[in-house]
Amino acid sequence: MTKFTSAFAAGMLAAVAMTSTAALAATPKDTLVIATSIDDIVSLDPAEAFEFSGGDLLQNTYDHLVEFDPKNLSAGYQPGLATSWSVSEDGKTFTLKMREGVKFQSGNPFTAADAEFTLRRAVLLQKTPSFILTQFGFTKDNVNETIKATDASTLVIVTDKKYAQSFVLNCLSATIGSIVDKKTALEHEKDGDFGYEWLKTNTAGTGAYSLKAWKPNESYVLEANEGYWRAKPAMKRVFVRHISESASQRLLLEKGDIDVARNLSPEDIAAVSSNADIKVAEDLRGRIMYMALNQKKAPLNDPKVIEAFKWAIDYKGMTDTILRGQYTVHQAFLPLTYLGELKDKPYTLDIAKAKALLAEAGHANDIAVKINHRNDPQTMAIAQAIQGTLTQAGIKVELTAMTGKQSLGEYRAREHDIYLGAWGPDYPDPHTNADTFAHNPNNTDEAKLTGKLAWRNAWDIPEMTKATAAAVEESETAKRAEMYRAIQVEHQKTSPFAMLFQKIEQTGVRKGVEGLVTGSAISSVYYWTVTK
Amino acid sequence: MSLTGSTSGGRRAWLSSRSGVLKGGRLLISLAVTMLGLLLITFLIGRVMPIDPVLAVVGERATNEVYEATRASMGLDDPLIIQFLNYIGEVVTGDFGNSLLTSRPVIDDIARVFPATLELASVATLLGVFIGVPAGVIAAVNAGRWPDHIVRLLGLFGYSMPVFWLGLMGLMIFYGKLDWVAGPGRLDIFFDDVVPQVTGVILIDSLLAGNTEVFANALSHIILPASVLGYYSLAYISRMTRSFMLEQLAQEYVTTARVKGLSEWMVIWRHALGNVMVPLITVIALSYANLLEGSVLTEIVFAWPGIGFYITNALLSADMNAVLGGTVMVGLVFVGLNLLSDLLYRVFDPRAR
Repeated sequence: MTKFTSAFAAGMLAAVAMTSTAALAATPKDTLVIATSIDDIVSLDPAEAFEFSGGDLLQNTYDHLVEFDPKNLSAGYQPGLATSWSVSEDGKTFTLKMREGVKFQSGNPFTAADAEFTLRRAVLLQKTPSFILTQFGFTKDNVNETIKATDASTLVIVTDKKYAQSFVLNCLSATIGSIVDKKTALEHEKDGDFGYEWLKTNTAGTGAYSLKAWKPNESYVLEANEGYWRAKPAMKRVFVRHISESASQRLLLEKGDIDVARNLSPEDIAAVSSNADIKVAEDLRGRIMYMALNQKKAPLNDPKVIEAFKWAIDYKGMTDTILRGQYTVHQAFLPLTYLGELKDKPYTLDIAKAKALLAEAGHANDIAVKINHRNDPQTMAIAQAIQGTLTQAGIKVELTAMTGKQSLGEYRAREHDIYLGAWGPDYPDPHTNADTFAHNPNNTDEAKLTGKLAWRNAWDIPEMTKATAAAVEESETAKRAEMYRAIQVEHQKTSPFAMLFQKIEQTGVRKGVEGLVTGSAISSVYYWTVTK
Repeated sequence: MSLTGSTSGGRRAWLSSRSGVLKGGRLLISLAVTMLGLLLITFLIGRVMPIDPVLAVVGERATNEVYEATRASMGLDDPLIIQFLNYIGEVVTGDFGNSLLTSRPVIDDIARVFPATLELASVATLLGVFIGVPAGVIAAVNAGRWPDHIVRLLGLFGYSMPVFWLGLMGLMIFYGKLDWVAGPGRLDIFFDDVVPQVTGVILIDSLLAGNTEVFANALSHIILPASVLGYYSLAYISRMTRSFMLEQLAQEYVTTARVKGLSEWMVIWRHALGNVMVPLITVIALSYANLLEGSVLTEIVFAWPGIGFYITNALLSADMNAVLGGTVMVGLVFVGLNLLSDLLYRVFDPRAR
């Protein structure tokens, strides 16, 4: 036996020794390696992509007619593939002048025909994000007239009514406005799909990078577009690897096998913070966490009960403990940094006040509710913390953890009591969240306005709906911002939404990696700005 | 489906061509029925579970019009039986449909993820067998003494430790601190797609391409996850080997062999071990099959893109084409291993021939 044991041990050591030389010490100077979770990518077609990771990939492979400057995101939209624009007096016709000399990764020159094709196909394909464009009145039947390239360098867009210029242009900077190479897409067209099947797994843009390989749930590789019109990307290749486990990301970052780790838990962030080779970058993102009370379910529709719920939540306690560094308390529906942001945080934990309000409403100790929430660890921790303080206020709470898809079914059918969840803006304009949290033109079940959270929670708000509709038409930006602030103040007081937190993205970055912009609340990540 | 042997009939009868054809026919029918049953159950589970497959496609923001149009295009308005028959019709023609999550044909996805699991499970099982069987024999021979206690304790540890924790600890020590092995993933990302994919098993493909650098890198990546999984498998195999061996060592033929003057080596490793090979094959095959289903937690910790993670992710997202395709694959693995263990019985047990 001794002989056997020795032989085995020697064998194992030999095997380990043989394999111990392969790990690389650091990534090459012109290469960026990122560990993140990319299993949410469903499609790479800009007309369909609607997930965070898909947005990141497309941000770097496509350009938009108007877009943000990653080095100055707060400046708002800037010229992109369109160099200038004008709006007619009635506010309905937008004329955009195209940038000349830009080429797609295929080598095809970019013209207004590509912009026309991109916007028209997004309307015609009718995928989920298509509402970002169809809200301007574009339909299958009218897109040939309403979106038109009048010559190689001019695109004319005609909306159904007057909208704020900032609203229209902000929407063009969303992922759905990523300009597609018409010629390449049509070369791969099948059964009149405008190249949809092909573009689901390939890219055809003018962006700083082209997609070299994509293995779903595994990795993607981007290669620099040397002729990129903005700048020559310093990183010639970008490797993005799907690693969902925070501890694994941290180990890779500490070893120098990756340059950037994007999903580190608070514990791992704390651990890498003391590492001299790693810095932690923080960026306020657009994701908002909220809790909504279904107004179909009495007594959750009693204003005093609603207010009591808002006083019975320990906002600060949660950000100080379970959400350490990953969320900040935020109590308005527009994310901070958005036009019309509201910084007021009127609610704090006040159990006595909550109890008094419940007693006034005649519901001291008789409310029993079910809170539906997603089954990820963070949301479950928040749900438990809320359950704890609501119980102190005399509200009996049952928590129901569900998968995302499962909880959505009940939520969209307006069958829940309370829903605890998150909402991320669809495009970088205040209307995106105002439209869902503060706009409900028809509260009947038959209306099935399932995309609107106000409808899902059966909140009937004719006055606020009017105010939201007015704000989206206001052409004076400062006045528009003030209108959104007023709506949010009212929303904070009366809505059945307890707005809770706004996401802070904490990214672990190796020392020496500079210029990584994760996009803040209004955009996605930029790789072409990175240097080492 | 059982992995236990079911060989009967007259000696050598299976060798005759007629019997062979009959056996082949029976096997095919049993395979078809098993697969159909498996598909039906999985299909029904997919339809009754409280996850909406349409939402998986259109996402949370979809308007009702987009939702309804997608629902109709997915054929979900048809009666369940029609949906199932349509699905079977497509599967028979080799079309498992496209995965919602990856937008690619499920068959392509499986061809990509299954070799990753196969590679990991095979190396893990090899470790489990080559260490677990001798450890079990040594424990049985030294029953009640310290080698036995050590093997049993290590086995108990292997059984009780969560794979997730073991994987993270392994990474921290052998990758993070000692730098003996490479980190998560199947290869350093720079080696991705360096060797052409032939089998999908990188260790084999790199050898076929004659690229020893990629081979060494793949080995350095697989050794740790395979050891973690292999440890679990080892714990099971060593425990069962010990138990089988204890039974055999108490048999009279062992005493007779010793009385005849055979060496201990011959008595233990040839006679006694030879007689436990048949039940041991079942144990090993079961353990292998278990690993081939994919170990989700190990795959997550080691960022190993295998079938376990693929199916789990698909299930949570109501990506039913992917779930059904993955289930058929796992079913085929079980059937294949059942056949393999049947064949091995005949090699090790003359009575089964």
